[in-house]
Parts: sequence; C-alpha cells; structure tokens
Amino acid sequence: MEIDPFIFRLSIFILSIFIGYYVVWSVTPSLHTPLMSVTNAISSVIIVGAIIAGLAGNSDTIFNTSSIFGFLAISLASINIFGGFLVTQRMLAMYKKKKKDK
Amino acid sequence: MLSANLSAVFYLISGVLFILALRGLSSPETSRQGNFFGILGMIIAVTVTFLSIGNFSTGLVVVLIFLLIGGLIGAFIAYKIPMTAMPELVAGFHSLVGLAAVFVAIAAFLNPEAFNLGSPGNIKLGSLIEMSIGAAVGAITFSGSIIAFLKLQGIMSGSPITFKGQHPLNALILISIIIITYLLCSTQSSNLFWILLAISFLIGFLLIIPIGGADMPVVISMLNSYSGWAAAGIGFTLENTALIITGALVGSSGAILSYIMCKGMNRSFFNVILGGFGATEQSASAQNKEQKPVKSGNADDAAFLMKNASSVIIVPGYGMAVAQAQHALREMVDTLKKNDIKVSYAIHPVAGRMPGHMNVLLAEANVPYDEVFELEEINNDFANADVAFVIGANDVTNPVAKTDPQSPIYGMPVLDVEKCKSVLFVKRSLSPGYAGIDNDLFYKENTLMLFADAKKMTEDITKNL
Repeated sequence: MEIDPFIFRLSIFILSIFIGYYVVWSVTPSLHTPLMSVTNAISSVIIVGAIIAGLAGNSDTIFNTSSIFGFLAISLASINIFGGFLVTQRMLAMYKKKKKDK
Repeated sequence: MLSANLSAVFYLISGVLFILALRGLSSPETSRQGNFFGILGMIIAVTVTFLSIGNFSTGLVVVLIFLLIGGLIGAFIAYKIPMTAMPELVAGFHSLVGLAAVFVAIAAFLNPEAFNLGSPGNIKLGSLIEMSIGAAVGAITFSGSIIAFLKLQGIMSGSPITFKGQHPLNALILISIIIITYLLCSTQSSNLFWILLAISFLIGFLLIIPIGGADMPVVISMLNSYSGWAAAGIGFTLENTALIITGALVGSSGAILSYIMCKGMNRSFFNVILGGFGATEQSASAQNKEQKPVKSGNADDAAFLMKNASSVIIVPGYGMAVAQAQHALREMVDTLKKNDIKVSYAIHPVAGRMPGHMNVLLAEANVPYDEVFELEEINNDFANADVAFVIGANDVTNPVAKTDPQSPIYGMPVLDVEKCKSVLFVKRSLSPGYAGIDNDLFYKENTLMLFADAKKMTEDITKNL
C-alpha cells in the first residue's frame, strides 16, 4: 500500500511547528515587535495561491469570479509583503549598539 | 514551464529561508541579514509560482498590476507609519492575511481545476476539508483583527463588551462551524460554504469584543498565530511546502508570544479569551482613593535627585509612547551620562501594547539596545540603584502584585521599583492604570510624584540638570 502524500505534508507541518517553537524561543524579547511584522510578511506567501487563481483564466476569460478573488488576494497579500518586510527593515535599522568611545 | 518536482524543491528552499529569517532575530546583529533571507525566500516563491504556471498571457499583466498596487500601498504605509502605531499596523496586517486566505479559499472553491483539486461540486474530500479550515480560520483572523485594530486606534472603546449568554452563544457558533464543515464536505453545497464564511466572520468579531484594551498584547499575538494556521490550511489545499512551513512557523510564533504575554500578566490564556477584565475592577477601586498623602514635586526636585545619584534606572511604559516622550527621555539620559551617572532601562514584558513595543520606541530614539534590559535581567539591580524614573508605566511597578492576594494582579511579575532609594513617578494624575487598581507605590515614603505630561516633564528636568 502506498502512503498518501497528505501524510508527507502533515509530517512537514508537524516538524515545522517544532522548528518554529525552538526558533521563536531563541528570539530576543527586544525584537518581538519585528518578529511579529516579519511573520506577517512571510505568512503572506499565501500570495502563491492568489497568483494561481489569478492566472487560471485563459485569454477570453481573464475576469471570472474565481480569478477576481485571486486578483484581490494578490493585492492584499502584496500590501503585507512589501509593508511587512519594509517596516521590519526600518525597525531593525534603528537597533544600534553603544558607541565604543563611551 | 517548471516541473512540479523542481518547483517543489524551490518552495522548500523558500521555506528554509523563512526559518532563517526568524532565526536571525535571535540578536540585533544578525536580524538585518535574517530579514534579507525572508525577502529572498519570498522572491523565490513568487518567481517559481509564475514559472510553474507558465501562463504568460494578458492575465499576467493584470496579476502584475494588482501586485504593484498592493506593493505601492504597502511600501507607502511602511515608510509613513510612526513607530508608536506599530500595534495598529500589525493588527491591520493580520486582517489582510486573513482576508487573503479567505479569498484564495473562495477562488479555489469556485475554480478547483486551476488548483488540481477536482471539479466544482466534486472537490477532493481532503482538499475540501483543508480549504474549509483555511477559510474559516482566515475569516476569524480577519474580523478579529479588524476589531483589535479599531480598539487600538481608539475608534472603538477599549473597554470590554460583554452581554448575557455570550459564552454559550460563542460555543454554539463554534459547534455549528464544525457541523457546517461536515455537511459541506458531504454535500459540496456552495451555499454551505458561504454560510461557513459568514459565521466564521461573526465568531471572530464576537471573540474579540469582550477582550479589554489591557489585553491587547495577547490579542495581537493570538491573531498572529491564527493568521499562521490559516496560511497552513491553505498550504495543505495547494499542496505547497513553502506555505505549510510558513504557516506552522507563524502559528507557533504567535502562540509562544501569547504565552509570554499571558505569563507577563500572570493570567491564564482562557482567562484572557473569556474577557471582561478591567471593567469589573474599576468600580471597586474607585472608593478607597485620594485619602492617603502623596508627595509631589516639580522638575527642579527631580533634577536635584538625579544629579546626586550615581545610578538611575528608567522604567518606560505605554504612557511614554502616548506622550511621544522617548526622544526627550534620551536627551535627559544623555545629560545624565555626561555627569557620569550610570543609566539603564528596565522593560516589563507587557509594557506597551504589543510584545517588544517599548524596545522599538527606545531604539527609534537612538537608545543603544545594550542599555535596555528585560525584567529578569535587571530586577535585582533596583536595590542598588539610587533613582528609579518611572515614565508612563503603572501596573507593572505595582508592589501589590507581590503583597496582596486579593488583588486582581496578584502574582504578576512586577519590577521591584520600590527597592530603589528614591522613585520618581511621572504621571498625569493619580488615576489607576489599565488594570483599574490603585498603585501603592504612589504613597510610599521614597516616592516623588511628578504630575505632568511625560514629554514636558522630561524636557524640564533636562533644563534643570
């Protein structure tokens, strides 16, 4: 009997939860706000689903109900991707160490 | 066109890059590199998606236009947003992830062929279950985050909204979500799919309204977690490794942050979720107030005390952010340092309105991050410090949490500010903080209250130093 591919995906999922658990505990508390904004940005990788939906129609039917939802989701996710990564960048650039000459 | 196997490998790579992005945040030095890994992972995932579809017709132009519109809006927000508004921004972003998950699920439900999930009315059972979970969690994330956003913005009152039969109602809705998901999977009826979305939106709304303003750090972390689980649900539907890995990472990240925040307030997660905190306590505390004597001083007294100190610990709280006093504070500290006074900052886990909020604000004011300490790192130093300068914090310094088992905040870890030789408390009035309880610290022998706006007071002290 063959193993359902779902089981492989489930394995990836469960192991990733464990990775997430250990990685996030090692995040220094002073960077918890950037952590939230960057997790926001990366969870917007959901855009791949939106792109598939948006590109599903052929040239006659670019705008059917399904692809319109895809297009809207693309915009929403890309607000998050650009906004999330850039605001994280902006925050992280502010974290500075004490100057040595003091 | 990219083969399915090759694109799966690339999705795996982008998933690994996302793990590295979070790993980078373990210290400020590696964090910028981490963010770069995250961006790289995203570019790979998006590029691979385009290549694997291989459809470069006019649809592509439309896709790119929508991508660009979103990107411009996002970039504009990212550059304009003041750091004090980060909690609102993050709540807003969560709602977008939730809504995007809902839209993708709708698109997949209406056009399952595009995702290789079968045909309309005959979607593979496993995919339909995954899709329903993704859509429901996404909808809850969306409406919950909208409420959180409105509360943080002050558009909606921060006080909890409770009504009779709230919990049974919520339980009923949650059970009906499960039943409808089951029926949806057995009948494939599109009506049930819309009903499922509608009640998920409703429950997200109902779950957040009873939670008070003080618990916002927990709420934001919790919604962060939900947005991850929604992404993971959609990831299973799309059989996409990058999305599954990311969803799991974000889901556990949000869960850990919620746990840290709950622990910082010594409250159980369920206690926060069930809500109603704050409203009931306020009335009880209002009675035994204003009788005890309070020493109050002016900027001159404060400057005198600090000038004669050899070490000062600053305790910032959300009030500092409201008054935008972080820059004035840093200037005051610079002056103190010129007089060879040792200065450090003590940050409570739930100071501010989201995890790590104070650290970002201090970093924005050019405070070096190695002068900023967490509760456990610095709490023993208060006994050896001369002056504690409490600015905009309140409940997190309240010694009642250690002494009075009757107090609603009893057992919450607090900063041992009262152990300092003297305490300077910048506050506008004697009114209680978020938890709605009186702070014993106000009436201590060694406390000097400075009644003023935090920013103005800090500036005046600097002038007097």
